[in-house]
Amino acid sequence: MSKLLHWVDERLPVIEAWNKHLGKYYAPKNFNIWYFFGSLAMLVLVNQLVTGIWLTMSYNPSAEGAFASVEYIMRDVEWGWLLRYLHSSGASAFFVVVYLHMFRGLMYGSYQKPRELIWIFGMLIYLILMAEAFMGYLLPWGQMSYWGAQVIVNLFGAIPVIGEDLSLWIRGDYLISGITLNRFFALHVVALPIVLLGLVVLHILALHEVGSNNPDGIDIKKNKDENGIPKDGIPFHPYYTVHDLLGVGVFFFIFFIVVFFFPEGGGLFIEKPNFEPANPLKTPDHIAPVWYFTPFYAMLRAVTIDLFGLDAKFWGVVVMGAAIAILFVLPWLDKSPVRSMRYKGWLSRIALAIFVVSFVILGYLGLVPATEGRTMVAQILTVLYFLYFILMPFYTRMEKTKPVPERVTG
Amino acid sequence: MRKLIFGLFIAVLPALGLAAGSTVPLDSFESDHSDKASLQRGAATFTNYCMGCHSMEYARYKRVAEDLEIPDELYEENLIFTGAKIGELMKNSMNKDMAADWFGAPPPDLTLETRLRGEAWVYSYLRGFYKDESRPLGVNNVVFPNVGMPHVLVDLQGLCAVEPKIGTPASVEPLSGNINNADACPDYAIEGSMSGADFDQAMYDLTNFMSYMADPVKLERERLGIFVLIFVAIFFVFAYLLNREYWKDVH
Repeated sequence: MSKLLHWVDERLPVIEAWNKHLGKYYAPKNFNIWYFFGSLAMLVLVNQLVTGIWLTMSYNPSAEGAFASVEYIMRDVEWGWLLRYLHSSGASAFFVVVYLHMFRGLMYGSYQKPRELIWIFGMLIYLILMAEAFMGYLLPWGQMSYWGAQVIVNLFGAIPVIGEDLSLWIRGDYLISGITLNRFFALHVVALPIVLLGLVVLHILALHEVGSNNPDGIDIKKNKDENGIPKDGIPFHPYYTVHDLLGVGVFFFIFFIVVFFFPEGGGLFIEKPNFEPANPLKTPDHIAPVWYFTPFYAMLRAVTIDLFGLDAKFWGVVVMGAAIAILFVLPWLDKSPVRSMRYKGWLSRIALAIFVVSFVILGYLGLVPATEGRTMVAQILTVLYFLYFILMPFYTRMEKTKPVPERVTG
Repeated sequence: MRKLIFGLFIAVLPALGLAAGSTVPLDSFESDHSDKASLQRGAATFTNYCMGCHSMEYARYKRVAEDLEIPDELYEENLIFTGAKIGELMKNSMNKDMAADWFGAPPPDLTLETRLRGEAWVYSYLRGFYKDESRPLGVNNVVFPNVGMPHVLVDLQGLCAVEPKIGTPASVEPLSGNINNADACPDYAIEGSMSGADFDQAMYDLTNFMSYMADPVKLERERLGIFVLIFVAIFFVFAYLLNREYWKDVH
């Protein structure tokens, strides 16, 4: 066995790679519960890939056969129901862990220098993930699949001059049709997963180049022992591999409760109208995107003013795009001398709290039908969402930070 | 064509602002897929009264026969009217275009109806018909106003002369001991062959069967789920011990 390893290693640097990324990758020893979600995101990604491959074996990507083939998977394919529920619940689980992972980054300043690229790759992953989820949601070809896609693709039509042609080009037809379904299928199962995997590799390579941040937000490489090993660092393997198993256990417990007992997630993970085949002639009473898009959907609906001769809908799309785009420049908005919320001042903490609360409430508002009162709340919260970023250069400079410890604490 | 797209979008926009679902009160419903007798009675009712118009085309007869513990021959003899083989999908022979002419819209497939509208909705709908001469078929429904479907079960239930009280469960008056709303319909225009309570039971069985058809793997899924969770819990204990062992030397 060791001879074989030696033979391979002379031709491919497997031992070096193992050491660089696992065996001698020194991670801070003070990771807390928030540090489980990166590896959990990877676990869910694997779940989506594996179940997705098997679903593809029985799925029929045509307007005539898609809906029936999903029911065929649910009823006639051995364990098909399990594959499908693992995949559909996995999509929601993916966003749960990714949102928590991103919140961790915000809380401990993981995006700050020198981790700007890690953050940007992460944001690109988030963007691709949204595209992947959106296209995947069309595939069951239910009513909500169809009309959700119809509404979202039509948003591109709001762009002046090129809009109409752009949405036509995306659909490949004048309406969402079998043509759209086929191309979304191709993108969902081939193109986007390849991009996603590439970005995940870049995300991790960039992370392992500069090293992990930690809840104290201090650089463990400043304190090294005589062997050049950070005093506060421990090898990722075995310490964090066994540690992450705990997270996997807890995650699976919650995940399987959903998969086996509440696969519809109370209408959040599989929306009720999706139990009816797509019908281009019948609009559902209430079109709501899946829960992970709803904060941005609420922002889109919150914009009700026509401006500069352009439709409010266009500005809604702009606001929605800006809400995601502004996350990319976050590393350059934070001017604080410290990374972690533990040592930042009250202003930063309050700002983050307001941001999170706004995002969650917007998520709720995007789920329910709009009323005048709700639209006003959504408008206020949208402003608060943006203020978190726009005011960041000021409040992070103004506030008094606490002294940062030399070595990591608990 | 652009106008068409634009028009469609405009058509969608107001829908975004409308409240979802009806606000009609419904009777509560608790399905029980382990009650095979109830499911068998429901299957018989469905086949005899519903399947002439409504298919269940995503499901197969054989699976139903197996899950409901009905022998294949018995099922073929009594519950397949189309001459289909037992391994086939549960389609019917109604022509969709002609049906659309008769009822205004073709009768929908009902395989997933309880997951689309909810079990309580189906149960309430089935008991919500009443006499309404202003409608083309002479009947209306409190749960689905102006529905295009005739009251197929009139032989069993009879025809309620007034709007039945759906969503108000039976209650006992504490002083007199009188039972209110024992029957959702207080006054019948046509008497049926079943009593109110018997009809409610038949509709329970029918809805229960439809609930099973919409989610046939539910029982098995929940049974397996318990074992999976026990396995994960045991896994967690070992993961915890392993983690503790390794982290002993981290200070």
